[in-house]
Amino acid sequence: MRELLLCAPDYYGIEYEINPWMSRARGAKTELAKAQWQGLHKTLTSLEAKIELVPPQPKLPDMVFTANAGLTVGKKFIPSNFRHQERAGEAPYFVQWMKEHGYEILALPENLYFEGEGDALFGGDALFCGYKFRSDIQSHRVVGEMLGCLVISVELVDPRFYHLDTCFCPLPDGSAFWFPAAFDEYGQRAIRAHVNELIDVDEEEAKHFSCNAVVLGRDIVLPEGAPNLVKALTNREYQCHALPMSEFIKAGGACKCLTMFLPQRESVKF
Amino acid sequence: MFSETIELRGHIIDSLILPKVLDEILKGGGNFKIAQVKIGQQRADQSFARIEVSAESGDALDDLILRLRQHGAEVAEKGDAQLAAAPADGIFPNDFYVTTNRQTFVRIGGKELEVRAPMLDSAIMIDRSKERASTVRFADVRKGMAIVVGHQGVRVVPAQRATSGTDVFQLLNTNISAERPKGVLIREIARELEEARKSSGKILIVAGASVVHTGAAEYLVEMINGGYVDLIISGNALAVYDIESALFGTALGLNLERDGLSESGHENHLRAINVVRAAGGIARAVEAGTLTRGIMHACVKQKVDLLLTGSIRDDGPLPEVVTDSMEAQRLIREKIEDVRLALLMGTMFHSIAVANLLPGSVKTLAVDINPAVVAKLTDQQTFRALGLVTDIEPFMRELTECLKTLRKEAKISR
Repeated sequence: MRELLLCAPDYYGIEYEINPWMSRARGAKTELAKAQWQGLHKTLTSLEAKIELVPPQPKLPDMVFTANAGLTVGKKFIPSNFRHQERAGEAPYFVQWMKEHGYEILALPENLYFEGEGDALFGGDALFCGYKFRSDIQSHRVVGEMLGCLVISVELVDPRFYHLDTCFCPLPDGSAFWFPAAFDEYGQRAIRAHVNELIDVDEEEAKHFSCNAVVLGRDIVLPEGAPNLVKALTNREYQCHALPMSEFIKAGGACKCLTMFLPQRESVKF
Repeated sequence: MFSETIELRGHIIDSLILPKVLDEILKGGGNFKIAQVKIGQQRADQSFARIEVSAESGDALDDLILRLRQHGAEVAEKGDAQLAAAPADGIFPNDFYVTTNRQTFVRIGGKELEVRAPMLDSAIMIDRSKERASTVRFADVRKGMAIVVGHQGVRVVPAQRATSGTDVFQLLNTNISAERPKGVLIREIARELEEARKSSGKILIVAGASVVHTGAAEYLVEMINGGYVDLIISGNALAVYDIESALFGTALGLNLERDGLSESGHENHLRAINVVRAAGGIARAVEAGTLTRGIMHACVKQKVDLLLTGSIRDDGPLPEVVTDSMEAQRLIREKIEDVRLALLMGTMFHSIAVANLLPGSVKTLAVDINPAVVAKLTDQQTFRALGLVTDIEPFMRELTECLKTLRKEAKISR
């Protein structure tokens, strides 16, 4: 059974603007957001995932996006160094929770930005890491050394897709679905060289955060609004669970951003 | 040319970061030289690359480095150059750094100093109080001087080949053998001479006695009178035969105007030497009205800087000739400082002596009938040197013709 870390949206809201999706003029509807988060919680539970909850903190509205807490492999946790001051306050709460739950904390040098699972996803035997908007490429090297794995660093070029998990989603069979235009030419080539099959998501569906999906075996939990992708995945015998995510997309996040795997991988094996 | 060394670490091959960084350098108008690449053996092993990045200006380099940092490039830590004291006069410390003739920088106290007077086969002396680095040769090293040892902290600016196609010296960068037509090239040389004449840089002629023997003296006189010569470095022979021909119409007894040997002609050059020695030197002989034509006469009249250095087989020599070879080297170094264009013609020994001391940035043309001499001279001045295998007289004739045409064209266009 997979374990997932979530954080209830008690203090969630659009209180600052740190990506092109956020607009304080167009705030999230609190009750609807809560209902959408409950829907996600319920769906994940129904797929037999064990849900852990980190207590939300006032004045940290984005703590709900637990994917950015850090990266977990086995019982090792590499906490994020957030680029934006607005989110840096979340880090000590995540670290404390992970410590209390028996995880060994591997801290990155303070001067290197790294935003956890949001920018670091295992696919096949490689750890794909996005850089430029949030994480520094230099952090990838240190993460690679800490874990002893192959890291494929890819540059993100579209500010709307500022984290890797907004435009790339690896699947357990070594394939992945992605929005190619979010990467530069070299990143696209590097991904093509290391992923055996790629399902392209068109721009319209990518804008619905379709790549921001939680994959649990053959089940894929993703935001609604991507009929083409759902069809492609269903043809490959995946079960798709499309959920309304409108209130979180207003902050530039969806299903995957609201979830961190505990751990993402049991170990790094080659 | 400005440069900086960057380092890349990580899975730079699998992530295509290395090719991306190299492409970025070229797209940004820079150049690179890969100094070191270590590729990881196992899948999880990281790789390493050290790359020297160069750009036309300091600002362009800074911009480029800033962009490369985004892709993980780190600027390599630089160390200061190591110094050791010269153990005695005329002796360098062990492991002294041997210079090239390229532009060179030395890092002292975290700051780069440009080495003054880049010159082949010298050492680098550091004057800390004046924050100055300069080349120093055996003869000038004094006990206790701070001399650069090893290679750390020394940066040599690589020679760049021009791509613009406007500079014949960089574009051709080859030797023209006797079998190839030379007209176009000589026209380009004339254009370079004209440009150098108008600039503040000096034009240097190193000429051998063959200029007189082949009958090219009149063309050199024309060039001097036209303002195309600032400095002549030569030996006793050129001056002696030039004066012999001015006084007696012969060179080593051979009539220059008509065929055949002159009667008792073999004595003429000794008599010429005697006349000049009696007058108290070349300049005095000109002032006294004894010497009224020829190259030496033109040099005195046009105030061309003349340096004559001696050799072991010289007759006389003339009073101007510097016979102490160390002193002669010192004088050559001093005089060539602002040279922009150098023509080395028809003399192996003087040409080699001067070429050894010229910075690599000086445009150099070597003209000689002997291909081996031309090859030897241009080898030391890669990228900025041209060689021409030809007799001196036809070369000079055509060159002066081209200079005349250029001036005519300039007048018309004015």
